[in-house]
This record gives sequence, C-alpha cells and structure tokens, in this order.
Amino acid sequence: MNATPPTTTSSTVTAAPTSVAYETIDTSRPGIPMSRLVKVELRKLVNTRAGLWLVLAIGIVSALITTGMLIWANDEDLTFGNMFGLMNIPTGFLLPVLAILLVTSEWGQRTGLVTFTLEPRRSRVVVAKLITALVAAVGAVLVALGFGAVGTLLAGAIHGGPAGDWSMTVAGLTNAVMLQFFALLTGFAFGMLIRNSAAAIVLYFVIPTIWSILAEVIPWVREHLQTWADFSHAQQPFQSGEWATGTQWAHLAVSGTIWLIIPLAVGIWRLLRSEVK
Amino acid sequence: MRGGSGMSLMVSVGASREGWPMISVERLTKTYGGFRAVDDVTFTCRPGAVTGFLGPNGAGKTTTMRVIAGLTPATSGDATIAGAHYRDIPNPGTQVGVLLDASAQHAGRTGREVLTMGALTMGLPRQRVDEMLELVSLSRSESRRRVRNYSLGMRQRLGIAHALLGDPRILILDEPANGLDPAGIHWMRGLLRDYASDGGTVLLSSHLLHEVEVIADELVVIGQGRIVAQGTKAELLKAAGTFVKADDVTALGAALEAAGIVDAVPSGDGGLRTEAEPRAVGHAAAAAGVPLLELRTADGAGLEEMFLQLTAETQRDDLTAGAAA
Repeated sequence: MNATPPTTTSSTVTAAPTSVAYETIDTSRPGIPMSRLVKVELRKLVNTRAGLWLVLAIGIVSALITTGMLIWANDEDLTFGNMFGLMNIPTGFLLPVLAILLVTSEWGQRTGLVTFTLEPRRSRVVVAKLITALVAAVGAVLVALGFGAVGTLLAGAIHGGPAGDWSMTVAGLTNAVMLQFFALLTGFAFGMLIRNSAAAIVLYFVIPTIWSILAEVIPWVREHLQTWADFSHAQQPFQSGEWATGTQWAHLAVSGTIWLIIPLAVGIWRLLRSEVK
Repeated sequence: MRGGSGMSLMVSVGASREGWPMISVERLTKTYGGFRAVDDVTFTCRPGAVTGFLGPNGAGKTTTMRVIAGLTPATSGDATIAGAHYRDIPNPGTQVGVLLDASAQHAGRTGREVLTMGALTMGLPRQRVDEMLELVSLSRSESRRRVRNYSLGMRQRLGIAHALLGDPRILILDEPANGLDPAGIHWMRGLLRDYASDGGTVLLSSHLLHEVEVIADELVVIGQGRIVAQGTKAELLKAAGTFVKADDVTALGAALEAAGIVDAVPSGDGGLRTEAEPRAVGHAAAAAGVPLLELRTADGAGLEEMFLQLTAETQRDDLTAGAAA
C-alpha cells in the first residue's frame, strides 16, 4: 500500500509549544440562567412582524371593545365584569396562536438549529418557552383588567347610574384567568406535538367544531363521550362568575388530560429525544 | 482497508503533530433505518489548524457535524470536544462556535436582531454585535434588513458572525464558503488562518475540493459515510503518482502495460495517471516509441481523481443533475 508509515516521533521530549496557549473546554463555567432564556423567548414573541402584530392585536382589540361598549352598550351592561369578560374572548383566540408560533417557528423557520445549539439542554428551552407563554397570558389578563377599569371609570363618568358598576366575583376572575391559561397551554401543547404552524393552528380551532358536529349528529357521543372528552365543552361552565361543581371539575380534569397533558408530554418527550432539523 | 474505492491515501493524523486533539470523532456511526449516513468515522481536529471536511453532497458531513454539536444522537461511537460532550458544555456558544445552516434563520428578523438574540442568550455585551458585523463586513444598513432579503453570501457572513459572537476557541462550520464569491472565499481564508494561528481549532466542511484546498491545512475526505483519506494537505497532495499524456492514449496504455505498469487509469485531459515514477513511465513510452505530450508528477491529481470518483459514485443515480451542475 502506498500509505506512508507513521512518522516515528523522537523519544527525546521536545519542549511543549509555549508560543500559543491552547485552551481547553471549561465545563465548570456557569450555564445560561433561566432568566436570560426567558428574556430571549420574550424577545422572540415580538421581534417578527407576525408576533408583534399578534401582541399588538390583543391591546388594539381590547381598546376597540372598550370604545364600542361605551358607545353602543346599554347602561346596565357597562360593568367592569362585563367589559373584562368580553375582552377575554378575542384574547382567548390570540393567545393560543401566540403560543403555537412560539414553539412551531423553531421548526418552520429552522431557528431551532441555533436555539438548541446555544442551549443544548433542551428541557430548559421548553421551560423557558412555557414561562414566556404564561407571562404573555398574565400580560393579556392585565391588559383586559386595565382597559376594563378605564372603560368602567369612563362609563360611570359619562352615563352614571347602573353603568360603571365595579362588582366582580372572585370566581369570575379566577375562571377567566384559568381559561386563558388553558387556551394558551393547549396551543403550546399542539405546537409541541405537531411542530407545524398552520396545521397546529387549524387543528386547535377545528377540533372543538368537530366535537360539536359529532355531538349534534350522534346522540351517543353527546350523552356518553362529550362531557368527559371534549375539552372546550368541559370549559363552558367556567365561563361564568360562579364556582363550578365537583363534577364539572372532573370533566375538566379528564378532558384536559386528553387534550393538554398528553399532547404536551408526548411533544416534550419527542423534543428531548429527536433530532433537531 | 477502509473506503473501498480503488485508491487509498491514508496518512496518519493527529497525535504525532503538535497539540492534542480538540475535536475527536471516534468510530461514529449513524443509521437511518437501513441507511448508514455515517459509517465508522474516526478523525480528530487539532488546535492551530483548519481541518477541511471534504466530500460530495450526501456523504455524511452534515450528519457528523450535527452529532458533534449534539443535535443528532449517534447510533454508535462518540464525538467529543476536548473530551467533553457538546451537551455538557455550559453556555456552549462561548466555547464552541457552530454554523450548521446559514439559511436556518427566521426570515422576518433582521441580521442585527439575530446577533442580538445570540448575544443576549450568551450574556455578551451589545457592542459585540457591532464588532462582529464589522468583522464580516455587513454594513449598518444591511444589518437592519430582514434576513429574507439577504443573499446566500450575506447569510453565510451573518452565520460566521454568529459563530464567532461568543469568542469561542473552536469553530464548526458546515459549508461556510457556499455562496461566497472568490473574494469572499479569500476573505474567509484569511479570517480562519488568523483564527487558527492564534491557537483556535476549525472544522469546516465543503463539497468543493478547490474551496478546501484554499482554506484548509488538513483534510478529512468522506464518501458515502466512510472516511476515504485524511492527512495534511501537503501529504495528500504529495501522494499522487505520475500524470502522463500522449496523442494516442491507447498506444500509451499498451506501452505502460508492456513495461509492467498496470495501474494506469484515465485521468482528466485525456491523459493517464499511475502510481509509477515518471522515470519508469518515460522509459516505457520511449521503448514503445509512443511520443509524449506531457510527463510530470501528478500534484494533487490523486486527490482530485479520488474526489471525482467519489462524486461520480454518488451521482450515478442522478446523471442529468450531475451533467447540469
């Protein structure tokens, strides 16, 4: 064979290279703190056009709702609870989309290649994204509360009487916040599982519709399956100012396991094991 | 014997030369179903040198680099950086600069934003972003454009800026010269040369021999998942044999065979290449009365030949694409 024989190194110890100090890998350095990962994820929410408009839309729609109610609503409907409740409806559509994009853009735009190279402990990235999504949800609720408060003040000043009523039950506020969190987390889970923006968004919104059609057409589904397995159906009792019953909580827990916990768990499990493409 | 192709250019690499291996790939195998994308690959990269990872498209270069960077799990074997697995390196961007795909960026973010996010993640001062933009010659206005409007060359520059952001001592770059014009390749050569002479370690891949020849000091050649040659550029280019050319190649071939030189294979430009010495070839041709047009040591031709053969093997299924390229 024409391969050159290995060069025999002289046994005399030659001086180690002194001109250049070769560094090695330092495994004792501090890692990236979670706060920094969350900061970067929060930045990702708003540093693309789609993300920025989604976030702005939450504020804009809330402002429009306040204005619209002040102009057209009956005096007795101009209460804090009503305004807050109404604003939660568009937010409930926008937050899951935000959460889906936060996850799926790493695959669709392939930024995951950089994200998971800079932080190879992937579970930390998932946690950072979850925290970011929850921060966004809290932010959305605060925006709704803020606009609701301004609207209520204005309603009281302009219309007087029954308008401008501040009463809101603790149950009402808790339910509203909880539903926002569920919407957001379900979107997050769908994003983790499906990894494709369009498919995840479509499925997220289509599945409740499919449930209601099935329940409409097949009585057996309506009577035996829907109450336990339809997550959006199980959430309906929570769209009120009253505390839900134990059975309703059980419906929520079971359907939530099917549509939130399981997809999230499978999605995370896949992310931790699979290739990042 | 490894490789399986007719030629062998194995040269011992690594341990005997200065510096201990910084990147070490040991018996790495990655299979997808029944397909072996990377097949028992072993090589090292030492500090102070630019190691070129050369192979046709689909040879397993990217998969190997992805395993090194912890993005793809290995089926068997191991890849370590100074003895550590990539995933165990804390804040790895400050110690290992990785560019795996310059186009894997959110098209809607500006180049500056991409670097700012990297700096934020690694905990670097913001001025580092401006320094890196300047280093890769992306102007202020270019840096404020969205990546969607970048040419491939600009994306590569941005990717290199991102890899260098955390001031790492090791660089892993997948096809970084792809999309760069000749001036850009020249620029990258200077950049990586300086980086290596400061003691840095560079592993860069390419599917183009001339790119690697320009930039790298050491070569690892891969084809169909297997290493087929490795060594310093000088060693590989030296081990080349003789190039000979005549008007009548058939007569020349017969003349060589008559003289006992049986390993001659057709080379580019209608000549032949053999492992025999030029002197023996010249005598053989003279004895048979075959007039020669050229007779010389085939500098680098061996490597080129082998690389062409590798490329031809992988493109056999796709001849039209090969012809169009």
